[in-house]
Amino acid sequence: MLSTPNIIDIQDLTESDIITILDTAESFKEVNERRIKKLPTLRGRTIINLFLEPSTRTRTSFEIAAKRLSADAVNMTGSASATVKGESLRDTAQTLSAMACDLIVVRHKYAGAPRVLAECMDAHVINGGDGRHQHPTQALLDLFTIRQELGHLEGLTVGIVGDIANSRVAGSLIPALRAVGARPIVIAPPTLLPARPDVLGAEVSYSLDDVLPDLDVAYMLRIQMERSEGMPFPSLREYARFYGMNAARLAKARPEMKVMHPGPMNRGVEVSSDVADSPRAIVLDQVNSGVAVRMATMYLLLGGGDSGTAS
Amino acid sequence: MDPAVGLDEVADVLIRDGVIVEIGQDLEMPKGVVVECAEKIVVPGLVDVHTHLREPGREDKETVESGTRAAAKGGFTAVCAMPNTDPICDTGSKVRFLVERARERGAVRVYPIGSLTSDSIGSSIAEIGDMIGEGAIGFSDDGRGVQDAGTMRRVMDYTKAFGTTVIAHCEDESLAGSGVVNEGEVSTKLGMSGWPAQAEELMVDRDVRLAELTGCRLHLAHLSTAGSVDIVRNAKARGVAVTAEATPHHLFLDETALLEPVSGRAYDTNLKMNPPLRTASDREALVAGLLDGTIDCVATDHAPHAPHEKALEFEVAPFGSTGLETALSLVITHLVGPGELDWAGLVRVMAHGPRAALGLPDVHLEPGAVADITVIDPEARVEVRADRFESHSRNSAFLGHNLLGKASETIVGGRIALRNGKVVD
Repeated sequence: MLSTPNIIDIQDLTESDIITILDTAESFKEVNERRIKKLPTLRGRTIINLFLEPSTRTRTSFEIAAKRLSADAVNMTGSASATVKGESLRDTAQTLSAMACDLIVVRHKYAGAPRVLAECMDAHVINGGDGRHQHPTQALLDLFTIRQELGHLEGLTVGIVGDIANSRVAGSLIPALRAVGARPIVIAPPTLLPARPDVLGAEVSYSLDDVLPDLDVAYMLRIQMERSEGMPFPSLREYARFYGMNAARLAKARPEMKVMHPGPMNRGVEVSSDVADSPRAIVLDQVNSGVAVRMATMYLLLGGGDSGTAS
Repeated sequence: MDPAVGLDEVADVLIRDGVIVEIGQDLEMPKGVVVECAEKIVVPGLVDVHTHLREPGREDKETVESGTRAAAKGGFTAVCAMPNTDPICDTGSKVRFLVERARERGAVRVYPIGSLTSDSIGSSIAEIGDMIGEGAIGFSDDGRGVQDAGTMRRVMDYTKAFGTTVIAHCEDESLAGSGVVNEGEVSTKLGMSGWPAQAEELMVDRDVRLAELTGCRLHLAHLSTAGSVDIVRNAKARGVAVTAEATPHHLFLDETALLEPVSGRAYDTNLKMNPPLRTASDREALVAGLLDGTIDCVATDHAPHAPHEKALEFEVAPFGSTGLETALSLVITHLVGPGELDWAGLVRVMAHGPRAALGLPDVHLEPGAVADITVIDPEARVEVRADRFESHSRNSAFLGHNLLGKASETIVGGRIALRNGKVVD
């Protein structure tokens, strides 16, 4: 069980919650390797994937996770915020409450929307990404993947490279790494940094080459041109020259350093194709972990074992 | 109590035909109406220089009637109405509409502020002379700043001829961008775009320099940063004809309110305002500026919004908090109560300061003066609740706060608009 009914901000979780989720995900990962990948655990529970911002990968991951636990998973998608239709978030929350669902996974264009939803309804809420704010299950699956690849988390140095300012992934990953005793460094041009990366708990560097030799993991963020106001660097070419992961840089890194990316990758920008396809890149392991970790969050929030009772 | 005329005593105030006729002991008037003011403080009527009445165009949010009732409730005998209605108040006929509507339905005086530029889009000078002819007392594109320095200079040059005041909304849009909260710790934690202090300070500095260049009287709306206070302090030391206001929310709240709202509602959109709530040190600098006279007055920036708009996501909900019905209580609670400001100081920042800033006719507690009077009950307990507002709107940044002191009577030209804390119909 977790200390929180919802997973909205990674900081809702204690270190012990995080470890519980990762350990639980280990057992689900094993399930995902079976021929019959389904457990009866959440039979009769209803999970709504409320995706009010375009997403295929994350939505699919949550949907698979819910179905492998035998929950009734329903996808609700919108082209943008429901506000386009003149429906407020509170109305949406009340509507979903009236359908008596057990868990809502919400992806929203604007920061804070999952928190507002959670305040208005009894169902559990998992934040599937809100604006530029938080994406906690991504951080959890990243921790899971790092632990799986490097054997532990404590003491690791993780460089998070690129568009920190617009990244909800960084918003969750930085505090998550701190919670488990790892050392996050954000590496970006100042135009891609938030005002106060220190309050999230990260060290800051403007030079990937300077910190590269210290890194156990290079976590390359997607450049999100669609969220940026004004061009934050002169060209993608120049960005790639200073902040892209390529074979020459990889050669200067620790031999065991892993390259991660939350996807989808801009090949040739954040990661060169040869690196992306090399064994040093563990991007697909992240995707694979995603299903197990999301199963773990759903299982733990919905009380897992007692799903067979009438409650 | 009126420091402007050296009055600070227990006395009777005799009012006849809208004018104070005598102040002294044991005064009586045959067939007169007695308003008992024992244990209360009688001061010159308070004025709010920054009110959004929303009429015409958004009468669901506020009307001249409801907004002036809210003003009376809050102890204000006059409000200055910002022009960003729909349509924008940018011609004489639109000013006349407001003047006439206020005469018919206003519970307190309404002084119209006209738009500085046509349609408030910051390009061509609005018909300022025409609007003055119909009763406008100042000019502003409030809600937006005039972005182009050359245009602002031209407008100030032109306006100077009429001896009126330009009221500046200081926001460099290229810097503020889509910011919805102060840029810094809170914007980072909440994952929202920041509106940096410098976006205000650059424009405050620019407009102060343009006031020096043109000689036009300048009033700076809703200052929110320590840097702005410094710029104004230096300008006043140089003798620039500039005045400034600060709102109760910038004086008494800071950005950390967003992390733990008193309302208990995460991402509380009632705490979304423009300019945004700043840091604790900005807040302290504003208070210091108000106390030392750098900031001339408290102004509410009363900005009513419909519930369905404020129910939107924080990043898309409209900016603004209501303020008319809480401002006096907030100043008493946070400044007079703790002894930072005495009652004479309150009169300075809420009655004389606002009038002087916009060149409104001054009101003194002395025989012959217009009887615009506020009576303050300094011991009243006030719980800020949504169901107790006269305003059509409920979007107060201070919902749930417990405050001390309020207006018990508001008298406008001898007419009692508020009696025993209740608006007189």
